[in-house]
Order: sequence, then C-alpha cells, then structure tokens
Amino acid sequence: MLAMNYRGPYRVRADHKPDPVIEHPGDAIVRVTRSCICGSDLHLYHGLVPDTRVGTTFGHEFVGIVEEVGSGVTKLKVGDHVLVPFNVFCGSCFFCQRELYGNCHNTNPQASAVGGIYGYSHTAGGYDGGQAEFVRVPMADVGPTVIPADLHEDDAVLLTDALPTGYQAAEMGDIAEGDTVVVFGAGPVGIFAAKSAWLMGAGRVIVVDHVEYRLDFVRRYAQCEVINFREVDDMALHIKKMTDWLGADVCIDAVGCEAAGNAMQTIAGPYTMLQAGSATALHWCINSVRKGGNVSIVGVYGPTFNAVPIGNALNKGLTLRMNQASVKRHLPRLIEHIQAGRIDPKQIITHRVPLEEVADAYHIFSSKLDNCIKTVLIPPSARQTRAVAATALN
Amino acid sequence: MSHHTHEHGHDHEHGHGRNDLAVFQHGRPPVDRSAIQGWGADLDRKNRPAYPMERMPQRLDAPLTQPDQQPQHVEVLVSPERPHMTPLFGSPQPPSGLSGMLRRAAFRSTENDVRHWLLLLLADRVNVVEGLAEDLARGHVPNIFAEMGIKAEWEHNRVGLAKKVAVAAAVAGVGYYLLKRRSER
Ligand SMILES: [Zn+2]
Ligand SMILES: [Zn+2]
Repeated sequence: MLAMNYRGPYRVRADHKPDPVIEHPGDAIVRVTRSCICGSDLHLYHGLVPDTRVGTTFGHEFVGIVEEVGSGVTKLKVGDHVLVPFNVFCGSCFFCQRELYGNCHNTNPQASAVGGIYGYSHTAGGYDGGQAEFVRVPMADVGPTVIPADLHEDDAVLLTDALPTGYQAAEMGDIAEGDTVVVFGAGPVGIFAAKSAWLMGAGRVIVVDHVEYRLDFVRRYAQCEVINFREVDDMALHIKKMTDWLGADVCIDAVGCEAAGNAMQTIAGPYTMLQAGSATALHWCINSVRKGGNVSIVGVYGPTFNAVPIGNALNKGLTLRMNQASVKRHLPRLIEHIQAGRIDPKQIITHRVPLEEVADAYHIFSSKLDNCIKTVLIPPSARQTRAVAATALN
Repeated sequence: MSHHTHEHGHDHEHGHGRNDLAVFQHGRPPVDRSAIQGWGADLDRKNRPAYPMERMPQRLDAPLTQPDQQPQHVEVLVSPERPHMTPLFGSPQPPSGLSGMLRRAAFRSTENDVRHWLLLLLADRVNVVEGLAEDLARGHVPNIFAEMGIKAEWEHNRVGLAKKVAVAAAVAGVGYYLLKRRSER
C-alpha cells in the first residue's frame, strides 16, 4: 500500500509499505478514504516527540471503510463507513470505565502517562497511523463510530480529533454565561474551541495568534475578536486592559510546545530541548486569566520538564484542567450540533492533497503557506473508488 | 441602520433577561447572540459530555473484561512504570541497530527520569542516519529536497526560497574561500 513515511525532522515521503494485518481478534483493517494532517503532527514532523522512529506512518485523524475484521469483532461489519477517534482505547480498563478514553491503560506498554494514539510515536504506543491506504484499528467494536448517512465525510474526519479537542478545551474551561474566554492559537483546535465557547454561553471570545490569515479566518468563522500578538507588547497587560483590569474568566491553550512569541522559551524549548517545548502560550494563559479563573490546556507538550509559572497559578487560585480529548465521549453531542447546523466543521478544510504529495502538504502546513488551515490527504485507492462510483452513476 | 441596531439590542435584552451583561462586559455593547449560530446550546452543563470529568458507570457498550492478549512477534519496549505488556500494542518499527540499543537503554530508566527521554531523543537522531543508510543500501537515493516539500516552497514561497538559496550559497561561498585560503597557506 501507499503510506506516508517519516524519514527524520522535516522529511517525509509517500512510500510503498506492507499492508497492515489483523494482529489481535479485536482488530479491523480500515481502508482510508480521507485523513488529515493535524497541528500536533507537526511536533512529530519537527522531531520534538521522543521515540518517533524512522519509517513510522503518521495520521491520527482518518475515516474509511472497514475492509476486514478479526474473529473477535461482533458489531462492526465489513463495508461499514466509520470515523475512528484518534485514541486507541479498550473501553474496559479503569480509565475507560470512567470515560477517560484518552487515558486508556491497555493500549500502550511504552509509557504510563499517555494512552495509545494512531501514528503518534512509540511513546504513544507505536501504532502506525492513517495517512495511508490501510490502517490497523484495534478494538474495532469499541473505537470506530459508524458515520450517520446524513453526515458529510469531511465533517466526519474532523470529528476524529480537531472538533472534539476544541470542544473539550472549552468544556474544561467550565464556561459560564457571559464569560470572557481567550483562546491562544488560531489553528483548527483553537478555532473549534472558540466556536464551542459560544455554544457554552460565552459573552466574549478573543482569539490570539500571530498569523494574519488565520486570524482573519477565525474572525469570520467563529465571530470572535482577535489579537495579533506581534502587535502587542505584553500579552497579560493587554488582556487586562481589555477586561477592566480583571483578566479573562477562562484562558485556553490550544498551542502546545511550539509556541512562538518568546525567544527565551524558543531557545530553551525547541532549539536546545532543555524543556519540552516553549511554554509561551501557557505562561500567557496563567498570567492573563483573572484570579479564581480557569485555564484549560489541550496544546500538546512533550513529556519532560517545562518552566511553568506555577506560583502565579497558586497565588491567583486558578483551576487548571487539561487532557488529551476523549473523543468517543463527545461524538453523540457533536454530531447533534452538526446536524442542527450549529457548527459546520468542514468549512475549515482549505487543502485537499493526494497522499502521493504528502511531503508538500506537510511543508505547506508547517510553514503556514497558501493560507492553509486544514489539509485532507486522499489516498489513490479512495480516488479510484470515487471514479468508479462516478462511472457507475453515469 | 442605527434604528435597526437599536432594535436588535433591545430585543436581545428582553430575550435573555440579562441586563447586567453590558456592565459585566466592561462597558462594551453586548454581543448580538442571535447572530451566533447555536449560542448557548450547551449553557446547561447537563449537555456537556465531559461534565463532570469522570463518571461511572461506563456508557460504552463494551465488555468489562480485560481484552485478550495480542500475540507478540517483535520486540516491544515496556515502561518500568507500567511493567506488564498491555493487551494491545503497536508492532511496526521494532528497535534495531544502534538506535535500538539506545532505546533499550532508555527503557531501563522510568518516565520520571529525564535520562529516559533524552536517550530516546538521541536515539531518534541516530535513527535518521540509519534511515539514510538503509535507503542507500536498498539502492534508493532519497530526494531530500522533495521530502522537505521543495515543490510547495517553490509554488507558494518563491521569495523565501530565493532568500534561503542565497543564504546557503553565501555560506558555501565563504566556506569555500576560507578553505582555499587555508590550503594556499
Ligand atoms: Zn490531531
Ligand atoms: Zn481502556
């Protein structure tokens, strides 16, 4: 099959690799029809996530058609059209029972802090991802969700990570009616967090980034105020000025370990790896939120040390909540929102790229070229199927 | 136009019965909620799937038994903080070569120990060189520029690319000049 192949920092290509096989009775093999490149894939692409092995296929956001199922699979059938949450999870361990699917204890022998994630390094279980023609999907009765007939495939693929993660970010902010919410990061997750903040009754939503086209997009798509931090001397001061010197009620970090905007953080983080990425966005969250406010973190950070102003958080009496999104838990409600027209996720897709051109797709997204917000990769086999279907219709 | 705006604000105040919003918003005009699709649909916390954060019993229609053990055909490294092989695991790219030795060494320390992560990052860098060697051994000369997306750079950032090429050429030129001077001495 054709699959994305990681060769080292900033180097990927589309390669022929062996097809995945059933390795466990609960497995399915899914033929991918669409996969996305996620902002968090860039941390892997840049070589910042430990134990990212050469030869790995990335891709934790994908939808497809069930091609084969293992002997233990009872509910999912060959031919089902499914969206697959980015978490690999069992549904039955201590954490899954508490609906913490992002924290499953049964799918990753290589680290205790993180559950299994498709195509997200061996630190996240060593599973190959969906930027390929086929992918192995463990616990096929538990993870995948059959896509409702009236749901667009492009909406479905955004339900595998970006939208639920943005939604959970807003939810962890515990937004009350009229709250002022500041979202750091205008990538897909930040955009969806801003949108979700309105659903939860925010009175004011402000999004911070430094890429002008992304700010334009989020202003239009999520009707929020925007701040370009390149035009601001001091972020916390600026937010306080905007909020009668109180600070925001809720701050959301949708950036993670590659934040721009602070040279010291960049040197200590991505450049020298003295800390697990630059925690600039997190600093801004803690220092811009009001006393007693909530900080919600969904930006991905590495597993090692980060300089975090925990003293400020203590003195201000903040509540900090953070996690990988437990996607499956959010799906019923989010599908309702899409069906009711409250949110139209597919609008954020700006690029559709054949899987063969994966190297260019990564470069465009990583370098923020061509006004890129979200890229969908389409494998050659999916294109052929569509061509056949189109011929059959004629 | 101004009449329309006024009517809107009026409507809004009555619609939600929150006259204090404007005050709360630091003197700013209240947000026109009717213009925001789905505003407040999840204001009621009962609608929020994760609230509260943990809940019992499980909602998934999944068996509460431990999944069967996946057969193991390749070497899988195991965290000392989670010392049993999990029922499920990923099997591609087993540790191999020098990077594999470094990874095995890394897994002798826990996730709590920074050496674990630093060794893994070192192994990743070694692995890149191994990847290049492996490509060459298979008779495949990797097109590194293509792998880095030079086509996209050419299409969408020609000025930036020209700058990078100019800088690279200047660095190479200076390097060549210095080397030449040294060899002439
Ligand atoms: Zn993602
Ligand atoms: Zn589990």
